[in-house]
Amino acid sequence: MSKKIVIIGNGVAGITTAIELRKISDCEITVVSEESEYFFSRTALMYVFMGHMKFEHTQPFENSFWAKNNITLKKGRVNTVFPEKNEIAFENGGILSYDYLVLATGSKPNKYNWPGQDLDGVSGLYHKQDLEYLEKYSSKIKKAVVVGGGLIGLELAEMLNSRGIEVTFLVRENSFWSMVLSENEGRMLEKHILSHGIQLKLKTELKEIKGKGSVESVISSDGESIECQFVGLTVGVSPNVGFLQNSSLKINKGILVNEFLQTNIPNIYAIGDCAEIQQPQPGRRPIEAVWYTGKIMGQTLAKTLAGQKTAYIPGNWFNSAKFFDIEYQTYGLAPAKLNEYQGEYYWEKENKAVRIVFNKENRVFEGINTFGIRMRQDFFEKVLNRKESVDFVMKNLDKANFDPEFFRKYENEIKSNFNLQNA
Amino acid sequence: MNLDISKKTGLSLGFGGMLILMAALFNLLNGSALLYISLCMILAGIVVYSFGEYTGELSGIKNNEVWFKSVSSKGVVAWILGFVLTAFYVVIYWFPTYLGLNRKGVNTGLVAFFDPLSFALNGHGASQWFVYGTLYTVAILGFGVKFILKYRHSNYQIIRTLSVMFFQLAFAFLLPEFLAKLNPDLDYFAKDLKNMWPLNYYFFEDWHLKAMLGGGNLGMFMLFFGIGMIFLISPILTYFFGKRWYCSWVCGCGGLAETAGDSFRQLSDKSVKAWKIERWLIHSVLLFVFITTVAVIYSFLINEKAALDPKLFLVGVILFLGVFSWYIFKIGYKKLALDARKGIYWASGIISAFLVINMAIGNTNVFFIDSYTLRSWYGFFIGAAFSGVVGVGFYPILGSRVWCRFGCPMAAILGFQQKLLSRFRITTNGSQCISCGNCSTYCEMGIDVRAYAQKGEDIVRSSCVGCGVCSAVCPRGVLKLENGRVEI
Repeated sequence: MSKKIVIIGNGVAGITTAIELRKISDCEITVVSEESEYFFSRTALMYVFMGHMKFEHTQPFENSFWAKNNITLKKGRVNTVFPEKNEIAFENGGILSYDYLVLATGSKPNKYNWPGQDLDGVSGLYHKQDLEYLEKYSSKIKKAVVVGGGLIGLELAEMLNSRGIEVTFLVRENSFWSMVLSENEGRMLEKHILSHGIQLKLKTELKEIKGKGSVESVISSDGESIECQFVGLTVGVSPNVGFLQNSSLKINKGILVNEFLQTNIPNIYAIGDCAEIQQPQPGRRPIEAVWYTGKIMGQTLAKTLAGQKTAYIPGNWFNSAKFFDIEYQTYGLAPAKLNEYQGEYYWEKENKAVRIVFNKENRVFEGINTFGIRMRQDFFEKVLNRKESVDFVMKNLDKANFDPEFFRKYENEIKSNFNLQNA
Repeated sequence: MNLDISKKTGLSLGFGGMLILMAALFNLLNGSALLYISLCMILAGIVVYSFGEYTGELSGIKNNEVWFKSVSSKGVVAWILGFVLTAFYVVIYWFPTYLGLNRKGVNTGLVAFFDPLSFALNGHGASQWFVYGTLYTVAILGFGVKFILKYRHSNYQIIRTLSVMFFQLAFAFLLPEFLAKLNPDLDYFAKDLKNMWPLNYYFFEDWHLKAMLGGGNLGMFMLFFGIGMIFLISPILTYFFGKRWYCSWVCGCGGLAETAGDSFRQLSDKSVKAWKIERWLIHSVLLFVFITTVAVIYSFLINEKAALDPKLFLVGVILFLGVFSWYIFKIGYKKLALDARKGIYWASGIISAFLVINMAIGNTNVFFIDSYTLRSWYGFFIGAAFSGVVGVGFYPILGSRVWCRFGCPMAAILGFQQKLLSRFRITTNGSQCISCGNCSTYCEMGIDVRAYAQKGEDIVRSSCVGCGVCSAVCPRGVLKLENGRVEI
């Protein structure tokens, strides 16, 4: 009898596990999802709303792929996990037994008990159902308020803006995405956000949502009343672990896992947004709710499930985003607020910016944020692994460039500026 | 200026210009001034509309509402447009008399309406092909401006589009007409330097070879340049830059697809099934044109008692096929799938067998079918029906590169070169892909770019025309067109 693997969640973490496992093992694989029949790219939902793609375009594999690879897909909501019986129970009464269980249940949008948060016209942007709700509701929206100054908030603002909806964007912090970006980076993006016609309100929080049945306005922390028919709540996400609260699984914010992504119950693993790593690598957070880490965890766990016990080593941090028209990539760690020992170099011009963080004492390169200029991950992987200096990076910056052909090059400008600052 | 006003103005100008052409078609209007006015109105209409569409917004990716608009999402408007385009092509190819062409007497209607411009450029009256060529050029120029405005943040797209506009206007349209005017006594032969065999499938037909051979210096130049393009210039450029140097920078079919067809690029079918059909179909067309051309050259050599011994030519063809198969077997096999290799061996073997039998029994119809029959079939099914009627007529339903993807034998040859010998590839930026699908959606050739990108693999596909739109629409900066590996 081959092993029975059940994966709850068909997001990138769960699906990567299934696909990678299938490549190296003939065990039985079942993927359970409440949200959608087939795997889709969550990050692409915004493009469906904006009309760039249809929903089926967000599905990276043809529907026939799963049967062809002998991966069973099961739609349904899991109510309870019974670790002692090696079973999961569905809301509609079904039971599924497993030899190994993988929890890849993702996140849910945060809500902070605002008055009116359950009115019609209030939604987060995470699930496929959120998109469907927004699509259904959008004809009623002339004005919208988006709360929360991060990536999803900005994406939601861009989506609504693309339909000609007037958007007010409430950001609690003093500058945009200040948890991750420095103030000058935030300022550049704020200008860009404003130029797209978004009403950006910094240092402003949501106090209350008003309306009878459906949203009519919000009251901000300034006491201002803003008329709107839709409120987007995008103030971060938390691990989607509610249904596990009464099980014997150890949970803090997320499901606690060791370096092998294993929970306190040996045949249950947790990966992706819902997993909380007990001893994260230096400089890394216990929960990293991003696409890339979910994918790497899935790849790692597949090996372990196939019998090659493999520790989760996330490698050098990287991430990317797009703020309206400005692309952003980051490699290594370039924190918003520098540590004592760190120095930084910043260059900005016409919606393009580069910020490089290095160790002041030994000049070792630590991380880069790049806006509007594409850069090669391979280059920075090498730099970070070899602990090259910031001077090496500057000298070879043209090799890092990943912009399309004929694009204007800024390396010389960046270099001479850097030399000037370091003279 | 109010942008809605400029869009409305553009539409009025464009449709106004077309209305004049319609009136001319029914002999209601005439006169050179009206011709120039109508062409300018159409061109200006497209440009003014595009300014209204794009310049009010910041530069960036402009794909909002693509799948909501009827015209770009196979809605009613798309079907109507597809029907009109298809009908236009059917008339052009098979019923040109409806456009006013009169082979025995004086032209009327639309063809006569274009006479003034035709006389000015080449010294003859217009034909339906002159009407077609003019409108084709206007479309590439007008929609080229639209494409440039849409992608004005990307120098690659701007320069590439200027290139297709230039090659259409200068090489495909003006230069051949001027050359015809300067050499009024010569029989017709193709004077579009960039239109090489097998896209120009009649290059080696007897009447065309005779016209070139009897065409003085110009004719001989076109003959040698044409052969040089096939065997020397094109492979070298494809080695360095990939087939894009031709398909999305120079070619007229590609030029129309990239400009006027841009609104339909997302309609290409990305399914594995479509890919399977594509591989068989395009290489079948290549085989068809190859066989036809061999037959045509062979009968030419026999009938003209030319210096080259017909049998020697057949031996040369067999040698070529042998060397090609040997190369695939020994060196290129890693880059081709098993069925592709088998196809090459079988095709080469069967063709060679035919030629050997033919030499042995001294048959003049090299494939036991008259070469005239073969080439008229090719001209009808491939030259007209596939590349014209389906290729452009079905833009709004099947996407803008149907011909290039499923039918063009030139693309098939360049595809072999790209896959086997070229330095060109699309590279993936590490693990940055988020599988969103924009690249695959906007690939006009129906390549599932994401399937490679999400695995961190380079994309080396024979069908890729290197338009660069996957790289442009990628929201994470993952894709880059490169001529070889960059050492880091």
